[in-house]
Amino acid sequence: MMFLSFVKKEFLHIFRDPRTMLITLGMPVAQIILFGFAITTEVKNVRMAVFDPSHDISTQRIISRMQASEYFDMTQVLHTADDINSAFNKGKAELVAVFSDRFDENLLRAGKASVQLIADATDPNQAAMLTAYASNIIADYRQELLREHRIPFLIEPEIQMLYNPQMKSAYNFVPGVMGLILTLICAMMTSIAIVREKEVGTMEALLVSPLRPVWIILAKVAPYFTLSIVNIISILLLSVFVLDVPVSGSMFWLAVVALMFIIVALLLGIVISSVATTQVTAMLASGMLLMMPVLLLSGMIFPIENMPVILQWISNIIPARWFITAVRKVMIEGLGVSYVAKELAILAGMAVFLIAVSVKTFKIRLS
Amino acid sequence: MKKAIEVENLTKRFGSFTAVNAISFDVAQGEIFGFLGANGAGKTTAMRMLCGLSRPTSGKGAVAGFDMIRQPEEIKRHIGYMSQRFSLYEDLAVWENIRLFAGIYGVPEKEIAPRTDGMLARIGFESGRNTRVKELPLGWKQKLSFAVAIFHEPKIVFLDEPTGGVDPLTRRRFWEMIYDAADRGISVFVTTHYMDEAEYCNRVSIMVDGRIDALDTPKNLKQQFGVRSMDEVFHRLARENALTSNAN
Amino acid sequence: MISCLGISKKYVSVEALKDITFEVPQGEIFGVIGPDGAGKTTLFRILTTLMLADSGTATVNGLDVVKDYREIRNHVGYMPGRFSLYRDLTVEENLNFFAKVFHTTVKENYDLVKDIYVQLEPFRKRRADALSGGMKQKLALSCALIHKPAALFLDEPTTGVDPVSRKEFWGMLQNLKRQGITILVSTPYMDEAALCDRMALIRNGSFLAIDTPEGITAQFSKPLWAVRSNRMSKLLADLRAGDGVESCFAFGDRHHVTLKREEPGRLREYLANQGHQDVEIDRIQPGIEDCFIRLTMP
Repeated sequence: MMFLSFVKKEFLHIFRDPRTMLITLGMPVAQIILFGFAITTEVKNVRMAVFDPSHDISTQRIISRMQASEYFDMTQVLHTADDINSAFNKGKAELVAVFSDRFDENLLRAGKASVQLIADATDPNQAAMLTAYASNIIADYRQELLREHRIPFLIEPEIQMLYNPQMKSAYNFVPGVMGLILTLICAMMTSIAIVREKEVGTMEALLVSPLRPVWIILAKVAPYFTLSIVNIISILLLSVFVLDVPVSGSMFWLAVVALMFIIVALLLGIVISSVATTQVTAMLASGMLLMMPVLLLSGMIFPIENMPVILQWISNIIPARWFITAVRKVMIEGLGVSYVAKELAILAGMAVFLIAVSVKTFKIRLS
Repeated sequence: MKKAIEVENLTKRFGSFTAVNAISFDVAQGEIFGFLGANGAGKTTAMRMLCGLSRPTSGKGAVAGFDMIRQPEEIKRHIGYMSQRFSLYEDLAVWENIRLFAGIYGVPEKEIAPRTDGMLARIGFESGRNTRVKELPLGWKQKLSFAVAIFHEPKIVFLDEPTGGVDPLTRRRFWEMIYDAADRGISVFVTTHYMDEAEYCNRVSIMVDGRIDALDTPKNLKQQFGVRSMDEVFHRLARENALTSNAN
Repeated sequence: MISCLGISKKYVSVEALKDITFEVPQGEIFGVIGPDGAGKTTLFRILTTLMLADSGTATVNGLDVVKDYREIRNHVGYMPGRFSLYRDLTVEENLNFFAKVFHTTVKENYDLVKDIYVQLEPFRKRRADALSGGMKQKLALSCALIHKPAALFLDEPTTGVDPVSRKEFWGMLQNLKRQGITILVSTPYMDEAALCDRMALIRNGSFLAIDTPEGITAQFSKPLWAVRSNRMSKLLADLRAGDGVESCFAFGDRHHVTLKREEPGRLREYLANQGHQDVEIDRIQPGIEDCFIRLTMP
């Protein structure tokens, strides 16, 4: 009861401060949209090559459809498999369609043929779009065959991304933005909110009350916990419906990963607030110690593998790094929980450590 | 004799709220002018306008001989200002503070050193020259910040509750410094919550609800209200204000 | 009700409190009077369990401030030096919040805060930062009182508040005292000291004297003279220079003077020789401020 009214008061603080509202609710939307538009470029007349050893009626029809499409500009017909690599290397093609031998025969006899779509994934977003367009054209053709022959066919486009097989960067922004926003709201806003009470002097009055200090902290943290969850949901909705980045793995485990990280970030905020005495210190501490590393060292912008070894070590102690990796695995790559067990364990370990630290630094008195 | 302050119908409105309502008064050279009023009566707003920090909505006036509307920058250069909240940089030594503020107010380079010696001698603080300000007791800080505020020999110095929280002895020593400055021809414009300090002023104005409701020597004010102390004068005037402000 | 035995506290190099001992019985208003930096806030924080003393013991309501800190926090009201209000919450919200924190409701203890709250009522929906200094102070007091504490600790409740609001505030404290609440209050304003039942003068971490206001002024060992003339500024200088004068300080429209030998007639003569007219010399009762000055004179 008392706890709830404390939480209510905390929400009032947030709702009455336009700046807090803007940071906590506007920021995630702005970031997602910003990154979304920055990476969504229209794809037209992309140079394309084909390697078509079977050279039959089906492959010809598919190729001519691709030629007809405004997306592709057929620049080259390759004659050997070796030409594929050189086409990419010389920059003559950004997408190569490789048909299997005896394509039409396989299709009609076995009802199954395969085509390989190889894309240059240096710009992963574009690569994803190209392969999607090409797959669509192939699927259209399959529909047409179905109508003609009334037997099921299966044409399996096999997609291969060159140079950047994990599709880094564009899809990375969604997990990255989640990591950034959660750090901002949980750690920074929480620490500032707690320190504000110290600065204004209300903390003194609260400490001299029957409220157990641990409840004071929990009550201050609760609204930001709620806001974080709201934010995760809105980021996911935006990424699915605006950026077309789907959640390919388990929603449940994505939620578990997110909750784990929220707890770690909130604990970081609490630890900062127990050390800082002014809002400015809290802001600088969380900015320098949390936000910068999240931006630079978590793998959000720069791939961790490319960093100097010492920075790679440092990145290990950044919670967001593990969060971002785990989200990438679950959400983007659709991997199961066994693949993120390590990340979850590390985050849990950090949480335990931070609980110990905050209990240790916790003050029932001033100074 | 030239007036240090001369204002006529000075008014400041914030939206529909009139913080300062057509006040008119003047302060003579070398006069100690007490500026009293309850919290929220408009003292701070009025003082900001006089210091050239905020532009009056209407009315006219001159401070230190400069026009309030057209020459606020000149005003800032020719006045001194000291408040209880901000005075000196705590992490600088005494002489560094003096040097800094002398530079800000454009005291000629070669005069700074001899004037610093003279000032420290006058307040009896030669030994503290190299001390960091944060190590000084509150009383010394206040004396020093007053000395710094008048270091560039302004025509008028504004003191915003200069003696808040100091012990009675230090408070009196501080007022002796004020007298000393006034004797040298510097006008002093001072706000205070200590009513006995109102008695030390040559003239006192009392602001109520944005207006100046009383302005005279302490002696005449007491006579006018038929009371024995400035404390009672203040209560008579401010009490009415408290009642009206409760009503709206 | 409150007892303090040999409390000392040192910050890095400053001795904030030196061997403070005193007792406050129930239902008394006890003033801690002294300038900023004298150690008032440190003393209040130790007594309200917010800070640990280096040595000495203290109890509030029979409870030890170190051992029983949690229990004490249920029974005291504390108003820190800066009004501890949420500036972005309204008057009502502040009050309800503090009531909840203390497991009570505004209704339950309305009697206690009624007199004060009536004045705040018209501003119920106004945010705390839009209140005048006097109103903020009343709201902060209401918040500290809302759980009907046995003891009330008010750290400089009147600092920066105009004289009218200050007087009203002291009237409220008298009412609370009548209801049996023990009040420890600190202030740098000497004129408020006379309103306490007993008080301690504090300076540089030490108590200079503990007594009733009358007791304190009775300690003033010499006759005190109030002197005035037509030229007050010159009078101060002349009095200081006069060889029969022991001490002289400006007090409002008069100067308070102690003499080396009690011969006011000779003083009058001396002042007339210095060109003063309308000289008045009256024997007066010393006030708290006179005593404080005398006790702190070098």
